[in-house]
Amino acid sequence: MTESRFHPLGLLRAFLRPIDPQLMLILGALLGYAYFLMISASPDRLEAQTINTVVALAAMWVAATISSQRMLSLALPLYIVGVVLLVAVELFGEVSKGAQRWLHVGVTRIQPSELMKIAMPLMLAWYFQQREGQIGFRDFIVAGLLLVVPVGLILIQPDLGTSLLVTTAGFYVIFFAGLSWKLIVPVALVGIIGIGSIIAFGDTLCQPGVDWYGLREYQKHRVCTLLDPTQDPLGKGFHIIQSTIAIGSGGVLGKGWMAGTQTHLAFLPERHTDFIFAVLAEELGLAGAIVLLIIYVLLLARGFQISVNAPTLASKLLGGAITMIFFTYAFVNMGMVSGILPVVGVPLPFVSYGGTALVTLCLGVGILMSIQRSRLSSPK
Amino acid sequence: MTEFRTPDQESWRFRRRVVVAGLFVLVCFGLLATRFYYLQVVRHDYFHTRAEDNRIALLPVVPNRGSIVDRNGVVLARNYAAYTLEITPSRAGNLDETIDRLAEVLTIEQRDRRRFRKILEESRNFESVPIRTRLSDDEVARFISQRYRFPGVEVQARLFRDYPQGATASHVVGYIGRINDRDVERIEERGETANYRGSEYIGKSGLEQSYEAELHGTTGVEQVEVNAGGRAVRRLSRTSAMAGNDLELTLDIELQKVAEAAFGNRRGAMVAIEPATGGVLALVSTPTFDPNLFVDGISTQDWKALNDSPDHPLLNRAIFSAYPPGSTFKPFMALAGLTAGKRTAGQAIADPGFFAFGGHRFMDDKVGGHGMVDLHKSIVVSCNTYYYQLANDLGIEGIARFMSPLGFGSRTGIDIPGEAEGVLPSPDWKKRRFRRPEQQRWFGGETISVGIGQGYNAYTPLQMANALSAVVNGGNVYRPHLVRHVVDNRSNAKRVVEPEPIRQLGLKPEHVATVRAAMVDVTKAGTGARAFGNAPYSVGGKTGTAQVFSLKGAKYVEGRVSERLRDHSWFIAYAPADEPKIALAVLVENGGFGAQSAAPIARLVMDYYLLGKRPNQPAAEDVDAAESDE
Repeated sequence: MTESRFHPLGLLRAFLRPIDPQLMLILGALLGYAYFLMISASPDRLEAQTINTVVALAAMWVAATISSQRMLSLALPLYIVGVVLLVAVELFGEVSKGAQRWLHVGVTRIQPSELMKIAMPLMLAWYFQQREGQIGFRDFIVAGLLLVVPVGLILIQPDLGTSLLVTTAGFYVIFFAGLSWKLIVPVALVGIIGIGSIIAFGDTLCQPGVDWYGLREYQKHRVCTLLDPTQDPLGKGFHIIQSTIAIGSGGVLGKGWMAGTQTHLAFLPERHTDFIFAVLAEELGLAGAIVLLIIYVLLLARGFQISVNAPTLASKLLGGAITMIFFTYAFVNMGMVSGILPVVGVPLPFVSYGGTALVTLCLGVGILMSIQRSRLSSPK
Repeated sequence: MTEFRTPDQESWRFRRRVVVAGLFVLVCFGLLATRFYYLQVVRHDYFHTRAEDNRIALLPVVPNRGSIVDRNGVVLARNYAAYTLEITPSRAGNLDETIDRLAEVLTIEQRDRRRFRKILEESRNFESVPIRTRLSDDEVARFISQRYRFPGVEVQARLFRDYPQGATASHVVGYIGRINDRDVERIEERGETANYRGSEYIGKSGLEQSYEAELHGTTGVEQVEVNAGGRAVRRLSRTSAMAGNDLELTLDIELQKVAEAAFGNRRGAMVAIEPATGGVLALVSTPTFDPNLFVDGISTQDWKALNDSPDHPLLNRAIFSAYPPGSTFKPFMALAGLTAGKRTAGQAIADPGFFAFGGHRFMDDKVGGHGMVDLHKSIVVSCNTYYYQLANDLGIEGIARFMSPLGFGSRTGIDIPGEAEGVLPSPDWKKRRFRRPEQQRWFGGETISVGIGQGYNAYTPLQMANALSAVVNGGNVYRPHLVRHVVDNRSNAKRVVEPEPIRQLGLKPEHVATVRAAMVDVTKAGTGARAFGNAPYSVGGKTGTAQVFSLKGAKYVEGRVSERLRDHSWFIAYAPADEPKIALAVLVENGGFGAQSAAPIARLVMDYYLLGKRPNQPAAEDVDAAESDE
């Protein structure tokens, strides 16, 4: 053996070591699918999407090489930095599209709420790790507080979509840590009754002038147009009407790739970002949509498998939460495009055009890979 | 309810929770799949019909762009409606063949075809692209009668931008042009994509660019039914567009015309400011160009002619070109000396005709010197020796400290894009400007030349005018602005643009008075007397000459130097002297001495502004104004 000699194959092996082949295969399938759709929906953005993808995969690789223990040791500092940045956004942030989300840092600008999507589950997983073996009621209160502060800050920006994602990200950790069913069931019931009553009394609640305490006018608008999109066919309702027409007219096998009339006659709004699923459903039909669902199920299954086999409580919680975040993105996006959930700005995971979300999601995949690797390397 | 569990128990609990979560996922995805099945199978026929047969198109209604008028309401930019012939490529079949057949009905020139190709490359496949613009009524009628032969081709009424003043004030007003990829990115960054749906034009320079957000307006929506061919058959509803806001300028277009005419065919710039408000009365850069050429997409020949001209007509010299201020810097230096306590009005120096520093003689341009020179005389006769000494006493840091708040060496913040910073030299600046250590060192001798406005000094005509304006209004530095009001197109409410000073210089009134008195004498008995001696109003001014070419000791004899190497001619002035209504800076490129080219232009401008006198020819070059004022 001549270990000191330069060995290209060895280098390649070292490079690939952190990569989990199964996750990579599923991710590759999703990214490939995204490309295929992008050619039809927005060919002029292919180049930019390529750059986004390369950056996101690099982020994934870096996350995969960091051991999950080291990552957890970053939890507290990341969380604190995230909260400080959110406060900074509130004080000095840049207003864009009526919301304050961006913070200028030297040459570039960042969106601290995006950081929170990773920092939040990391922080909570780390916290429960500290309390392993003695987790009690008080810990869930502490966890709830850790969750409420940044979510509140994101909510006042206002950014409903992101605060929803961060809330669920944190909630999943708490849920997996063993939050009592006695608490989950009543809250879920209240939620179901609440949503049910909104649907039942939608007409009265949506009258102009009715103030929904705690929600902005545009958020009320979103819920109301969901209940009855025809009320606002030119504004927000337009998105839902056009995307359901696109999906419905796609039929079982679709109109064919590059042949979607809704897509190509520019009826579909934001067809390369949040509404790309409508392009898929129009051009590739129910078959294409089911294929996408199956790929997502595979991704989630692998994520759960890695989490269950993870060596420490923290990495279990983290893995489980990340997997569920992927689910939330997918469900909320497809639900909104097909008209069963309100329009909140959540992209279709790994498929929608856009760099920030893709990097965040691929970081999540990288963390799962790192957890998987720590299982392999830790002594049993 | 604290329970004690072993990690193993927690692991099992986690496993159970994952199963619950997995079930939840499957239920949710099942819900989605059911929804897809409902939409795509159960109701497919309904949606299929809606998508195929009865397309409801939402057409953007492009708002009228706001107009631009001068301070007296004279129109500088407006819209007019004209017909265009447009092709929607996705519905037109073979494009070349369609255009060939169209050419049988209407005149379509090579130029039209080239522009069509260019726009086609830049646009998405489903937008209509103009093949002809500004159709006559006759042409419209001819096309309509044959319309059935041309699917995907339509006559559209569109608004075009018109600049009735042509080349006058084109650097101020700017122009609009077709939206290109870079513009699209910028629009996306601003989150304005929806509002630009349907807009074809965007401000590309001047006020058209800097006030784009005001001028553009809000896009409306028209809901129409389109048939299978994509033609609108019925309008269903309409939300009107909201026209953009109008701009009312501080600029006086008549004054601008007088000033531009005064330059004749010379290259240069002039900025005139109202000292009390910082409002720009005229901003001239010659030669100018016709902004109407750009509106429709400029032709290659026109673009080449403008871009390759050695006179650079597209360059806005008033705000982008920085020139050494020459002797026009002296009044500011004098004020610096007084403010720093290095000079008093009464102190006089003996001028031997040179200032010796470090074994080198910095020469005055009067052989033998001006004799005893106090501050007043130093400005009136433009004595170099006085300022060599003063610069040495103040030091470069002292000069920079005084000049910087006046706006020298930094952007004034005027409301048109493309301003240059100029150079206010200092040891710090030199360190930043040069890379090699031996170049980065500041030499004492360099300070001496800065004192008379030569050396590294370089300022834009705008900076000169604004600094002068700040001195004569008693020390209020304004952000110079061209727009006086933004007028809301619906309510006619006027919003005032920045009337507040951005800085107070805290100058001592007696210091300002001393310098102003000397500047008045410049136009009575000094270097400006030939241009202003007989003026019926009193003026304060200062001539200046910016060296273009160093002759290394040889005597500068104008006739022997080729035109492009002649010095630049400067003149700064304000009037009336006791209560200034106008402060200006004139620069004539390669105009020779300040008194020779720049001062006569300033005279014509002042005569018009204060007396309403219109000149009938450009300012003559005063070749006898040989009184040098280096």
